[in-house]
Amino acid sequence: MDFTLTSDQQQFRERVRSWLKSKIPAEWKALGSTEVPRAEAYDFLRRWQKQLHDGGFIGVTWPKEYGGQGLTFVEEMILHEEMALQKAPPMLNVLGVGMAGPTIIAYGTEEQKKRYPAKILSCEEIWCQGYSEPNAGSDLASLQTRAVRDGDSYVINGQKVWTSLAHMADWMMLLARTDPDAPRHKGITYFLLDMHTPGVTVKPLKQITGDAEFNEVFFDNVRVHERQVLGGVNNGWAVGLTTLMYERLALGFGLQVRLRIALESMIDMARRVEKHGRVVTRDPVMRQKIAQLWIDTEALKYTGARAITRLLKGELPGPEASTGKMGWVETHQKLQELAMEIEGPYSQLTKGSERAIDGGVWQYGFLRSRANSIEGGTTEIQKNIIGERVLGLPKG
Amino acid sequence: MDFGFNQEQELLRNTARKFLENECTSEFVRARMAEPAGVTDAFWTKLAEQGWLGLIYPEECGGTGLGFVDLTVLMEEMGRAVMPGPFFSTVLLGGLAIFEAGSAGQKKEWLTKIAEGQAKATLAFTEPNARWDAGAVTAAARESGGKFTLNGTKLFVLDAHVADVIVVAARTREGKRPEEGLSLFLVPRGARGLDVKLLPTMDQTRKLCEVTLHDVAVGADALLGTKDGAWAPLARVLDRATVALCAEMCGGAQRVLDMTTDYAKIRVAFGKPIGSYQGVKHRAADMLVEVENAKSLTYYAAWAVDENVPEAPLAASMAKAYVSDAYRRTAGAGIQLHGGIGFTWEHDLHLYFKRAKSSEFTFGDASYHRERVAQLINL
Repeated sequence: MDFTLTSDQQQFRERVRSWLKSKIPAEWKALGSTEVPRAEAYDFLRRWQKQLHDGGFIGVTWPKEYGGQGLTFVEEMILHEEMALQKAPPMLNVLGVGMAGPTIIAYGTEEQKKRYPAKILSCEEIWCQGYSEPNAGSDLASLQTRAVRDGDSYVINGQKVWTSLAHMADWMMLLARTDPDAPRHKGITYFLLDMHTPGVTVKPLKQITGDAEFNEVFFDNVRVHERQVLGGVNNGWAVGLTTLMYERLALGFGLQVRLRIALESMIDMARRVEKHGRVVTRDPVMRQKIAQLWIDTEALKYTGARAITRLLKGELPGPEASTGKMGWVETHQKLQELAMEIEGPYSQLTKGSERAIDGGVWQYGFLRSRANSIEGGTTEIQKNIIGERVLGLPKG
Repeated sequence: MDFGFNQEQELLRNTARKFLENECTSEFVRARMAEPAGVTDAFWTKLAEQGWLGLIYPEECGGTGLGFVDLTVLMEEMGRAVMPGPFFSTVLLGGLAIFEAGSAGQKKEWLTKIAEGQAKATLAFTEPNARWDAGAVTAAARESGGKFTLNGTKLFVLDAHVADVIVVAARTREGKRPEEGLSLFLVPRGARGLDVKLLPTMDQTRKLCEVTLHDVAVGADALLGTKDGAWAPLARVLDRATVALCAEMCGGAQRVLDMTTDYAKIRVAFGKPIGSYQGVKHRAADMLVEVENAKSLTYYAAWAVDENVPEAPLAASMAKAYVSDAYRRTAGAGIQLHGGIGFTWEHDLHLYFKRAKSSEFTFGDASYHRERVAQLINL
């Protein structure tokens, strides 16, 4: 067991640190929380990711020939730690970097690998994920969007829903049914779909936050060339699961970091807010709750570090790897609830009120966090996976 | 960066598991629960032969010179077997206090005896006030003519009834802060004025005593380390023992999870194994998440105390706060998912449930350590 870094890794940390110090805009640090409605900051976040990319801090573990840095998960972890410490803004093209890119690198043809990953990193092309449908959520394999062969193309008809970023995305990771007669897991194909193709209609869905960050996407005779198939026809289920595995692994770092940034910001707020006639951080009950959140956040970090160690040693992920997403969700929702409790009656005031604490950013974060236990696999599905694949309990 | 165990440590784990499966069976544990001593001479000799009684002591004191990460592996296995007896009190309380505070001569004498299995020791720190900080100590040691006279009552003292030497924390001076003026004394078994009373306890695998000191006279050579300067070494002992206890608790929690999932696979209700029902499956998943996080914090704390990094006290408190809750909840869920059989004396679950409860309140419970975390992160 050894937590020390090599001198190369230490140098990488120094380089990230000084780069971030000079690049993060002061007004961003003053915002107080990372849970800022993305809709308000799209242009800024797009420029920010481009800057990160120019600095060589995106796609750290991706191979160099596809635009990455060819480094290990240790550098990836260092990067995210430093970004947390300095309250760096999040990535905009999060689905592209966390999911589409690694999946294309794993399954793509050489042509696909040369075409897509680099533009994902530079944020020139934004990606969304076309998985869920009105009748296929947790039970994803029941998806009904059809792709029918026509010459050297496929014609897509159907509908996706809860599609984050679709309204600004250039590309979609699309799962569609190519063989309706095959067993349901066997007849699905993974397409790389150009969102600007005729017949694609995006309708924003207003969320409980009042913002419209996710969408319905309709396909009306959308033609996709066969070279846009990723990983083979009718092999989409395996490819799609790979995407989900990368989602849990790669986004895991980012999630952990955002949690830590939010926690630091929340503690900062707690020092400025009074409750029951004294500053929140002097109240013994609130101290207990804040300390527990600190501990839970650290636990997630070290559980993640154990999973990384296994990866670095070339071992299969152990039980600790499967608990990350669920653990993050529970802790993050607890954090957002606690932020409301700290604010007390002030938690009712939103953006637009001069009386709102920190300009009302916590209210957005609190509402947004309710989606965490649904998106990317509900907590109930995560528990099934842990119960069946890790503990070996029988399927229901 | 490497957050895993090395080959030697995995080997130690395998050796320990096999040894304890053979030597520390449920029958053995239950027989020890029913007796005052909690250990047999034969078992103690075998622990010495394995080299475990001196695992963390330096070689010049008869030990193996291994670290807390190595010890973590062993403690997990001992927790898994819900091992009774004075191993913890001897190696991690009495012995560790001598190691942290003692002179070269005191260390050589006592640690060698402990490592060889010739002496058992314990630490008498807590008192009826049930505190775990420096303010716990009100017992007094009066100096006169180069000798000390000890008076006071120590409570919740682990295995004092079988200890050959009790390390007693007492005040030699009233300081401005409770951390000042503390000293440690080696009080031998049978000293005049020393009264040791075994207390009936819920967790019968852990023997607790009340130790009364009534004008117990000891010489200057009984002073362990420097007079008035015991808090620094004591704090290190408490942090290290806390981490070792956390490891033991993780091992116990993992065992409960294993027993529960095994049972959920074979126990049939309504025509299906109960583990196929989400009501059971999801609770088992919750147990796994808590057990894995408990291990993560414990392993990190073991590394931190081994390396003596500045955040070691914080790491120890984070671990104890989390593991205290996690083991209690895991053991409770284990009984619930077993149903009626889990509530019987015959089934081993209650041994773990009770060990979880006694461990929860040893070295400070979750709320004590959460407040300590709050202080250490400058909240």
